[in-house]
Amino acid sequence: MLSFNILVLVATLYVTFLFIVAFAADRRAKAGRLGWLRSPLVYTLSLSIYTTAWTFYGAVGSAVRNGLEFFAIYLGPTLVFVGWWWVLRKLVRIGRTHRITSIADLLSSRYGKSAFLAVIVTLLAVVGSTPYIALQLQSVALSFATLATGEASGLGASDVNGTAFWLAAGLAVFTILFGTRNLDANERHHGVVTAIAVEAIVKLFALLAVGIFVVWGVAEGPSDILERVSKANINLSSTSGSRWVTLLFLSGAAIICLPRMFQVTVVENSDESHLSTASWAFPLYLFLMSLFVLPIAVVGLAELPKGANPDLFVLTLPIAHNQEGLAMLVFLGGFSSATSMVIVAAIALATMVSNHIVMPFWLYLRRSRQAVSGDVRSILLLSRRISIAAILALGYGYFRFTGGTGALASIGLIAFTGVAQILPALIGGLFWRGATRKGAIAGLCAGFFLWVYTLFLPSFGGAWLMSADVLVYGPFHIEMLRPRALFGVLDMDPLVHALIWSMGVNTLLFLVVSMVTFPTPLERLQGVQFVNVFQHSSGQGQRSSMSVATDDLLVVAQRILGSERALALFRDAALKQGKEGGLPDPTRDFVEQLERQMAGTVGAATAHAMIGQITDGATLSVEDLIAVADETAQIMEHTVQLEAKSQELAQTAQKLQHANEKLTELSIQKDGFLSQISHELRTPMTSIRAFAEILREGGSLTEDQARKYSSIILEESIRLTRLLDEILDLSVLENGQVVLKRDHGKLSELVDRAIAATSSYDNERPLKIIRDLPSEDIDLVTDLDRLSQVFINLVSNTRKYCDVAVPELEIAVRRLGDLVKMDFRDNGSGIAEKHREIVFEKFSRLSDASSAGSAGLGLAISREIMRNLGGKIEFVPGDGRTLFRVIFPIELAENSGKPMV
Amino acid sequence: MAKHVLLIEDEPNIIEAISFILRQDGWKVSTHSDGTKAVAEIARVAPDLVILDVMLPGRSGFEILQDLRSRAETEKLPVLMLTAKGQTRDRQAAQDLGASHYMTKPFSNQEMLDVVRGLIA
Repeated sequence: MLSFNILVLVATLYVTFLFIVAFAADRRAKAGRLGWLRSPLVYTLSLSIYTTAWTFYGAVGSAVRNGLEFFAIYLGPTLVFVGWWWVLRKLVRIGRTHRITSIADLLSSRYGKSAFLAVIVTLLAVVGSTPYIALQLQSVALSFATLATGEASGLGASDVNGTAFWLAAGLAVFTILFGTRNLDANERHHGVVTAIAVEAIVKLFALLAVGIFVVWGVAEGPSDILERVSKANINLSSTSGSRWVTLLFLSGAAIICLPRMFQVTVVENSDESHLSTASWAFPLYLFLMSLFVLPIAVVGLAELPKGANPDLFVLTLPIAHNQEGLAMLVFLGGFSSATSMVIVAAIALATMVSNHIVMPFWLYLRRSRQAVSGDVRSILLLSRRISIAAILALGYGYFRFTGGTGALASIGLIAFTGVAQILPALIGGLFWRGATRKGAIAGLCAGFFLWVYTLFLPSFGGAWLMSADVLVYGPFHIEMLRPRALFGVLDMDPLVHALIWSMGVNTLLFLVVSMVTFPTPLERLQGVQFVNVFQHSSGQGQRSSMSVATDDLLVVAQRILGSERALALFRDAALKQGKEGGLPDPTRDFVEQLERQMAGTVGAATAHAMIGQITDGATLSVEDLIAVADETAQIMEHTVQLEAKSQELAQTAQKLQHANEKLTELSIQKDGFLSQISHELRTPMTSIRAFAEILREGGSLTEDQARKYSSIILEESIRLTRLLDEILDLSVLENGQVVLKRDHGKLSELVDRAIAATSSYDNERPLKIIRDLPSEDIDLVTDLDRLSQVFINLVSNTRKYCDVAVPELEIAVRRLGDLVKMDFRDNGSGIAEKHREIVFEKFSRLSDASSAGSAGLGLAISREIMRNLGGKIEFVPGDGRTLFRVIFPIELAENSGKPMV
Repeated sequence: MAKHVLLIEDEPNIIEAISFILRQDGWKVSTHSDGTKAVAEIARVAPDLVILDVMLPGRSGFEILQDLRSRAETEKLPVLMLTAKGQTRDRQAAQDLGASHYMTKPFSNQEMLDVVRGLIA
């Protein structure tokens, strides 16, 4: 027998060794020399915390009691790692992408960052893990006692308790030292993981050593073992089918849902590719761990005295054969199994408790005082350290409270069933976008409650909270509610019963509530991010495949940025990479720079999607599409604005073109006008000059000739003067600068004046004028001189141009309210249709001008006068005769003088 | 025998003046005022020189000149164009169409006589 003191010394030395390993690994990691710390082997070995003291010692006990049942506990994780490797990969990817710190954080994050959900999961994890931690403490204490005395009950209860206490305290110190050195989940606990990897080797080595000793040392080789197995009193097929399935399911779920497994699988994972190694190496590890379970069990049964605790065969067999060294190794193996589990579980639970319960509570308390200031980091560290201590204290308390009751294995399975409640919400969250927070909460709460009611509380055997009475007859003697026969489900293995009820109701509620509730926008967003994590992220936090053809990038860049800019960008990048004249390598820096440049043109989402398609070959996700659509909408809006602008511009251009055409027309008119004026001035001047020269020469002119020529000179001079007057008059009228008078007068008198003024032509050809005097009896208030000027023009035109032998002019007057309408109709042949448009134009003399003795400005002036008087003059086509119609207001508006029409 | 000048012009006072000046210088002068019938009149009278105003009622002097130059019998007939517009554009048009000479109104009597003498001799 080893003395107690030696055992303590060895254990202390071993722990010191672990301290050194952890410390060295942390130093190494801090110095950036990760090297083998990040190897897939260390990762795989760290996963071995799955095999706790429960499996290290308890597997043999389980084999003795239930035959091959223990095998299911190894088979479940194996199936998950081999067959569900992609689920784990998705978990790992999400963990890194979203900087997940724990399984509670994962569920909370997935379901819209729900704080409540995080609290439930944390509580579930703590409740489920505490007995498990207690179990580890118990196993170490028991093994300690066994090794010290040679039998399980050799040591006094106080000593066992003392051992467990110091173990818990030591583990708390270790965990606090190496588990809370840093806060960022992305900075992993290299020291802890390395120490655990070492422990994994120790426990595997110990178990294999015992196995080999048993097979070849105690028994006589494998064939002897097989013979002993068939003879042994072990019922290999005692386990029912439903229990097998249950165990497979539970162990499979545990490897995913156990907080400590999540910690090592996801949080401590430094490289996704390590999973592919683990997918075969971890099952291999489990296989080796289980290889000698059955031989140890059968040999133990045969060699050891009846009544020996089969859970400790691993330890008692070497002791029985006086193999103290081997026994010590086994002790260290069991010690490793227990401590590694407790350390990681404490870290994982402390993170959850501190992040989801302590910190929110602390922030809530602080809220009323002031904004969070100072070093939150130190508060967080402190809260995490206290949480670790509290969790270990809880485990110790539980150990003291339950006092080593119940078989080790059953506590393990109860814990497994508890954490398995997380599975529906977890798997649903990873693969079903329709899963909602309310569904997850409903399922989890129901599963949690049913697990506590049907399995956890009954496991105390009526000793705690739930009385034996309730256990047998149901609460308030309602048989339907008996914890182990809920709703009359009888004769079922309690574990299977509990699992079916809790998982069934959990899953059902999760599905139904998810379907009838709607996710919040944040949930929807997170749901898409989680379910489609592989399209939103890359394996290394950077683009996974950089083996992309730079040509492709160039083509896209040219399309987006324009050829010149793209080429310049690529040239610069190539230069920077020292590849003058060539294409640059698609390094991460370069691709990101390119994406930024493109984002400036097409928007960040589109640029990311485009580059992503080239570099990752990723398909567009819904999110990407939404982002692209948003940008497209913006672009479309811009386009609409641009279109409106361009339409405006087109309209302006059209207006300008119109204005230009008008100006051109005006310019042509002006040229024409000047040309006309020139002609009208030069013509009389020609006569004047010619006759003036003739008269100056004198010569043989007769007196009659001389008088006639003088008269012509006079006549043409008057014509010139009148022409200039008319031009000036028209200019004034056209510019609206005319000053109008407002005089009272009768229309009939105005017409009289006009006729009298034109009567000098009567000598040549008398004009008959037909009037209706009563109709002309209208009192006018207008510029009488200007109005009569129009009448004179119309009457004289008739006198000049009416082409019949006996010309007649009919003047018809009609009053239309405040307006007067006057028709001047002659009996001539009218105006040819082609000329009707131009009769009002300047110099639009239609016939022989000289005979009329006017420049052709009359109607143009009349039109301007009528416009100034607020009326109009128009040519009315009709019966082939010439009909001019004049319409004007009886009373000229005040302040008139500007054109009104 | 005195050379024959046909004056095609629509302003009566100008007809009077030019006729007087040319007759005094010894030319035979006949006149015509209607643009539309001018070419026929020229063919009928067969003058040695035509003095042609541009602004004529019915048909412009340019059109008449173009017509004359396109006919074999009047192809070489001396034509003196008169215009009151006095724009270089009109002068150019007259030259292009084959006017023998071009005068802007008003002109001096001596100038007129010199041109007519030059064209007929």
